[in-house]
Amino acid sequence: MAYNGDSDHSPAQQSRMPTPIKLLVAGGFGVGKTTFVGSVSEIEPLSTEETITAASIGTDDLTGVGDKVTTTVALDFGRITLDPQHILYLFGTPGQDRFWFMWNELSDGAFGAVVLADTRRLEDCFPALDFFERRGTQFIVAVNEFDTGFHYEPEEVRAALDLKPNIPIVCCDARDPRSATLVLVTLTKHLMSAAASSVR
Amino acid sequence: MSSFEHPLLDDDAGPLVRPYTVSNGRTAPTAKLDLLSLVRSTGQLRPSQLEAEHAEALLLCREPISVAEVSAHLRLPAMVIKVLLSDLVDVGAIIAQAPDPAVDTTDQTVLEALLNGLQRRL
Repeated sequence: MAYNGDSDHSPAQQSRMPTPIKLLVAGGFGVGKTTFVGSVSEIEPLSTEETITAASIGTDDLTGVGDKVTTTVALDFGRITLDPQHILYLFGTPGQDRFWFMWNELSDGAFGAVVLADTRRLEDCFPALDFFERRGTQFIVAVNEFDTGFHYEPEEVRAALDLKPNIPIVCCDARDPRSATLVLVTLTKHLMSAAASSVR
Repeated sequence: MSSFEHPLLDDDAGPLVRPYTVSNGRTAPTAKLDLLSLVRSTGQLRPSQLEAEHAEALLLCREPISVAEVSAHLRLPAMVIKVLLSDLVDVGAIIAQAPDPAVDTTDQTVLEALLNGLQRRL
């Protein structure tokens, strides 16, 4: 832990900061977002409080200037060091509806999202699906299989969610690091094929 | 209620110093910092040359670390940490890099790094 007080960082070294890659984990309240983030993170799941200034609830997005309110939102996130030049940050979106405005800010610069679904309360993930579809953020759906939930086949879930055929649906156990990491692998492959097919 | 079963430990009782005392009441950082801004020590200043909270923050910056992580580790709101870190930027103790607002989220090189990094963990 010796701290080298001498300036031994060359300017070239200083300019080479890693690239942060942001992915989101969304879904209804209590669907397992925090668990998911915690099980893939290399560090203990962390939480921070961010102060947000947002148009007050009930003010439509399009009106532009509404009353502004300042709110503190607790955010869970995790980190995976992918290689010396890339760090993955995984942010759980606030589950409560009244924090919907936080999603815009979190979605800026996000590469993609996992929408977690619970088959006992599928409708809870509708707001997240709508949000990402409208915003054009690429996402996949991961069904977090709770022990007490009935097992549905992915295609049944697809029909129930009215999802396009190109959006992957996987089942997972958010508590299991390998299972949760596989969800992120599926998301990444989806992002790669979506990127390849979009002409930019 | 359950204070007999779970005595109030330091963490439960909350910080002894009010968060914004640390930032001298300031809520506006001088540097533009985002939760995902990465900061890293320049090695120009030693933690021992700084006040406690600044020193703690600097210690965390030996390797590139995000503002969100510094906030979580020091258990202080992100806004307070942004003020502390912008102080450290001002005195040259750390450098900060804001996330690229025009980041290309379809960059295949970055997506490949993501895929490889994830698959190594399986």
